[in-house]
Amino acid sequence: MASIGSVATAPLKSRTAGDRSGASIGFLVCLWLALAFAVIALVTLLVTTFVDGYPRLDARLFTDYSSQVIPERAGARAAILGSLLVITVTAVMAIPLGVAAAVYLEEFADDRRWYNRLIEVNLQNLAAVPAIVYGLLTAGFALTIGLERRVVLSGAIALALLILPVIIITTREALRAVPAEIRQGSLALGATPLQTVWKQTLPSALPGVATGTILALSRALGEAAPLLLLGGLVFVSYDPNGLLSGFTTLPIQIFNWTGRPEDAFQEVASAAIIVLLGLLLMMNALAIVIRNRYQRSW
Amino acid sequence: MVFLGLASALSVAITVGIVFALLLPALDFFREVSVWDFLTGTRWAPTFSNADFGVLPLITGTLWTTVLALLLAVPVGLGVAIYLSEYATPRVRKVLKPALEVLAGIPSVVYGYFALAFVAPVVLEQIMRIELGTYSVLAAGLVLGIMIIPTVASLSEDSLSAVPQSLRQGSLALGANRMRTTLRVVFPAAISGIAASIVLALSRAVGETMIVALAAGTQAQLVGKATDSGQTMTGFIAQTATGESTPGTLGYNTLFAVGLLLFTITLLINIISIRLVRRFREAY
Repeated sequence: MASIGSVATAPLKSRTAGDRSGASIGFLVCLWLALAFAVIALVTLLVTTFVDGYPRLDARLFTDYSSQVIPERAGARAAILGSLLVITVTAVMAIPLGVAAAVYLEEFADDRRWYNRLIEVNLQNLAAVPAIVYGLLTAGFALTIGLERRVVLSGAIALALLILPVIIITTREALRAVPAEIRQGSLALGATPLQTVWKQTLPSALPGVATGTILALSRALGEAAPLLLLGGLVFVSYDPNGLLSGFTTLPIQIFNWTGRPEDAFQEVASAAIIVLLGLLLMMNALAIVIRNRYQRSW
Repeated sequence: MVFLGLASALSVAITVGIVFALLLPALDFFREVSVWDFLTGTRWAPTFSNADFGVLPLITGTLWTTVLALLLAVPVGLGVAIYLSEYATPRVRKVLKPALEVLAGIPSVVYGYFALAFVAPVVLEQIMRIELGTYSVLAAGLVLGIMIIPTVASLSEDSLSAVPQSLRQGSLALGANRMRTTLRVVFPAAISGIAASIVLALSRAVGETMIVALAAGTQAQLVGKATDSGQTMTGFIAQTATGESTPGTLGYNTLFAVGLLLFTITLLINIISIRLVRRFREAY
């Protein structure tokens, strides 16, 4: 019945006499208040958004384009399609690059070399650069190569740059969790280092890589700040139809609607938030399913 | 192999790219406005005919929202972390940790909506009876604080949990109760990780855009009290960028000068946080 762990911690729990003093109870109450605050904030945010937005969560939201003048007729069709397209292009760019960089750093890089250490520190720092700075970078980059700023490709580049460090960091963690024996076994059987990575290490790390990548993409899906820099992505009344097509995304559309004074725009903004949170929930659920079903413990 | 190496070199190229993308237009900007006037001027009016480019109003805006956010997020985040690490049963932890992850996964534009549509008019004005305009650094700062609670809580919880059990047992064996053990033994042992979590939260608060763009206001002024409206560095970039700005003009270059300042500030904060994390890792 009693496991080793519970025996070891049993004295911690039974010795409660000193925990009944006024100061101790006051301290615990403070901790509970902190916890209650965080939970209440979360619940309030979700409930108010849902209550505000539920009446507007109708078919029109999915089939109509945004209206500048009549908020009651505004829909998020262009934003939903735009978000999906931009995220897909972001994934196509960021995942191969991120995984490749992680494989290099974790499997091949000699961390005694100065340039590999430079990459390490640089990655840690990049992960904490404000999102809006990636927008400035993309605006400058697009101008340099003569790419139109307000198209799907520019938006996807901005978001891919933003989540690349996150993908690299989570992929490295997944690779690190694969035991050395797997690599050694493969090498001992005569596989080259590249074959070992491709056929053994990466497949073993795949669930962890997939989970981290999906979470990174869900961050990109909710991010608006870098896209603001690409200029006026708001009044889009057509479906985005390619890499060089104009677009808007859900967070941008929500930002624009929220910033308007009319109550009806607030309503449609909260309805769009429900759609965005729904999409994020689906992605997170997918990540959890992958983690629980395929994650191996070695 | 070459592809793999190039992919990781890309991360360095991104940093170099950021520096150049910010620096070149910023240099153009500083050819017309002196660095001194930019950093010490107290009037920010880049679009007026008698334009002024003193960035201090934007800095006070950022300072107010960031300090308010930390005043909320540090105590609450640490309370949650201590509770989860030292007091919660495994079952409670299993429910609360995912709840924190949900809080961390909500997009910042949603928090911005929350600040503008609920916190400012309902919580602050109706319930707490504080006189506010539509926009205030108070509402923006508080909601920004809610947003960074998970950053403080989860990193601090990690470093509290990393403190070896033997330290707790030793303290309890000497007759200290749980509160004393937590505050005098576990907390000091985890302090560099906790400090790193706060510094990281600070960096996120400084760089956060959507909440302040929606809830703090668009009037760049020296913010004197929490109920004032004000514009932050990120808020200015967001507001100006959504309008039309033609590359090469002074207005366009202003964005990059402010962006460069923002990048430099967060870079310094990040270097401190990386140092702290490194020290925390060496501890045990």
